Amino acid sequence: MNSNPLPIATPGGDNGPLRPPTDYQSRSLRLNSIWRYGVNHLVTGLAVLSTVLVIVPLVAILAYLLYKGASSLNLDFFTHIPAPVGETGGGMANSIVGSAIVLALASSMGIPLGIAAGVYLAEYGQGKMLAMAVRFTADVLNGIPSIVMGIAAYSLIVIQQGHFSALSGGVALAIMMVPTITRTTEEMLMTVPHAIREAALGLGVPKWRTVISVSLRTASPGIITGCMLAFARVAGETAPLLFTAFGNQFWSFKLNEPIAALPLQIYVYAISPYDEWHRLAWAGALVLILMIMVSVTLVRIYAGRGALKGAS
Amino acid sequence: MGVGINVEHLNAWYGTNHTLQDINLNIPANHATALIGPSGCGKSTFVRCLNRMHETNPIARATGVVKMGEVDIYKDASPVDIRRRVGMVFQRPNPFPTMSIYDNVASGLKLNGFRNKAILDETVERSLKAAALWEEVKDELKKKSGASLSGGQQQRMCIARALAVDPEVLLMDEPASALDPVSTSKIEDLIFQLKSQYTIVIVTHNMQQAARVAENTGFFLNGKMVEFNSTDKIFTTPSDKRTEDYITGRFG
Amino acid sequence: MSLEREPEPSSSLTAPLTQTEATQLHAPAIANFVASAEPVAAEGPPSPIRQYLNGCSNGGFADKSFAALMLVCALSIFAIVLFILTILIVRSKLSLAQFGFGFFLHSGWDPVSGDFGALPFIFGTLATSLLALAMAVPLALGVAIFLSELCPARLRAPISFLTELLAAIPSVVYGLWAVFVLVPIMRDQLGPLLLKYLGWTGFFGGYNFGVGLLTASIILAIMILPIISSITRDIMQAVPTSQREAVLALGATHWEMIRTGVLRNARIGIVGAVILGLGRALGETMAVTMVIGNHPVISKSLFAPGYTLASVIANEFTEATGDLYLSALIEIGLALFLVTIVVNAIARALVWAVTRGAPSRVS
Repeated sequence: MNSNPLPIATPGGDNGPLRPPTDYQSRSLRLNSIWRYGVNHLVTGLAVLSTVLVIVPLVAILAYLLYKGASSLNLDFFTHIPAPVGETGGGMANSIVGSAIVLALASSMGIPLGIAAGVYLAEYGQGKMLAMAVRFTADVLNGIPSIVMGIAAYSLIVIQQGHFSALSGGVALAIMMVPTITRTTEEMLMTVPHAIREAALGLGVPKWRTVISVSLRTASPGIITGCMLAFARVAGETAPLLFTAFGNQFWSFKLNEPIAALPLQIYVYAISPYDEWHRLAWAGALVLILMIMVSVTLVRIYAGRGALKGAS
Repeated sequence: MGVGINVEHLNAWYGTNHTLQDINLNIPANHATALIGPSGCGKSTFVRCLNRMHETNPIARATGVVKMGEVDIYKDASPVDIRRRVGMVFQRPNPFPTMSIYDNVASGLKLNGFRNKAILDETVERSLKAAALWEEVKDELKKKSGASLSGGQQQRMCIARALAVDPEVLLMDEPASALDPVSTSKIEDLIFQLKSQYTIVIVTHNMQQAARVAENTGFFLNGKMVEFNSTDKIFTTPSDKRTEDYITGRFG
Repeated sequence: MSLEREPEPSSSLTAPLTQTEATQLHAPAIANFVASAEPVAAEGPPSPIRQYLNGCSNGGFADKSFAALMLVCALSIFAIVLFILTILIVRSKLSLAQFGFGFFLHSGWDPVSGDFGALPFIFGTLATSLLALAMAVPLALGVAIFLSELCPARLRAPISFLTELLAAIPSVVYGLWAVFVLVPIMRDQLGPLLLKYLGWTGFFGGYNFGVGLLTASIILAIMILPIISSITRDIMQAVPTSQREAVLALGATHWEMIRTGVLRNARIGIVGAVILGLGRALGETMAVTMVIGNHPVISKSLFAPGYTLASVIANEFTEATGDLYLSALIEIGLALFLVTIVVNAIARALVWAVTRGAPSRVS
């Protein structure tokens, strides 16, 4: 009975892996083999097709951005605030500066908190239940929609103060940075070989000093990478800023006033009916994406070197 | 200058594993003492109890009295204090990868806040000379990273690092086991020279090494110390049959 | 009393001192310096180093404080999540009291008359997310299979980098592109095409302005694709090579090896990856808001405008007049919060079960 679906070694010589066995086999076995190899090729083709279908929108988006935005990137764009409706020209300088301010605020709160939590997980919490719970909660926090963070910051700060502010926007973004930084800090600290911690402890260096001067110092390339990743991620966030930073058509440097932010401004311009603002939106999107891509690429390069550098 | 170590009724556990059972021992000052025994018999654990490194493991525990001179290291002092007086050299060299050779050797001082540059320079030079590494690295002290040296050089640098803090006791856990024969013999020469200034405790798998460098030897087996005597006596006329079996190679 | 030692030739060492009581500090033997003028013990002054180290604090207090500080920072993560939950509940009390649970089953949304019901948003969120999943999962699996099993080694890094780049593009940029590129395509080319060939299904009726459920689903699919694909790749790589080899040794073709040796072992994790993608889709705000039409209706046609839970908050929060309105919106936020937490927790648990707690990439 030739119901065995597996190909048998053919004494007539090897026909190669891609061609079904020919002579000596029964017809049904041959057909079965042709079918199986056919499916194999089909799936390979589908996999390649999927990859192409995925790359195509990426390239399309980036190319279109470049096409629509590049022409508007002039000095005016980076130095002027938006012109009144109906007038041409103007720029998004206040949004770029505003984003920088809000991100600096967010980083100053989120990075130390995230690194400290990561230090706890790696250096003090090993094996403890609490550490597992913290890790799980950090993942949960990571999955919360960013707009909910905006609601939280709104309730915490905007309602108390009675107005929108850069501070509330910074807080919303800081909360979003913490889980990413915590996890990468923990991962990087775990790559530090235990032997050098022991070397420091054996010299009579107190544990806290060991953590700072040995563990953190050795893992610092990776930790910086993690911070850059978190930074790049929140740099493009709009939803949490919608009702915290709120946006501002003019220059603003105060932390207690509404402030413009690049992604926020892009959103406002994109849904507006004015062509001039659409033009600015494209340029702003191009700037934003260039900034993010540079960070992501730097991270890729740095992490490649950093991984080798930290190990010993 | 070295100091003697007196151990009484030392017991140690890793979790539920009773690694050291009632060790009693007197390590004389300014001498080298070797600890031999088969793998897993507790020699490394014992040595780590002497500078309280054993307790850095969260599931580790120790009871008993260990006295360095007059100081009960578990009751009268903090672990950090003890470790500043006892230097340790590990089985595999563990230089700090982000620091230069100079910073590595000076790390015991710099990481504890010592700032006087003149004394640091002089200490680094002195320690590297004592570790017989000075001639090889003196031109690249601050340029080369500690991790870029060869294995034998790294281990000698770790010895220099341990010496730089001016310890009274030097603990060495199989310092030459990961090294080639040339480096090994250099390190044995080193121990021979250093033992008159420090109390040295060296754990070794290599009985010939123990015979070469140590005045006294202790034989550990399954967490107990079977015999402790002068090296001559242990290797020529051991009192315990188990010691004799181990030395003549019947097991281990 | 000062102690001077004759410098010896470089590599040999000075003669040892006599042994003394251990508690007294001893001068180092390899010494070359003059001790300070302070009164010292009989055997010679301690070196400056020994003096310093003996006098240095042992860091006990600093150790405890530092450890406590790190613990507090780790606990703050709990605090943040608890705070968000609490504030959402507190601020939606008004709406909860007024409408009760029926809020989520009521389909009217007319802020002017005080009629609030979340059903249209639930419908919009589910419809777009599930449709997006249906489009994204096959493609993501295909990419994952390609990258982890079929791709030539040299192309692997560039292509995986490109897919990671997709994840890095901000939502608002996707939205911008969707508004000016995807919407016209949907209105002028894709829409009529779908109507022509699939109009018989009844899902493509009504006016087609380009914005609507289908457009939103498409852009959402593009956005969740990278996360599903990258986690699937992680999971596929976590399957041990021995499994693959065992199937190959039985004479399977490459695809059969992937199917039985890898995917079958990884299927729990892949389900987890898909659910993670769902979690991401549920909470996605900006791009969806820009192309879904923002109309609180439930309709059968995919061309019709819709509204999602996240979009209504984004659109109407700053214009909410009256406490009840705001409270209703925050209640929607609470629902979104709880749903995404549950979905993400399930997903992470599934992924963890397969990769056994290896740190997963946070994207």
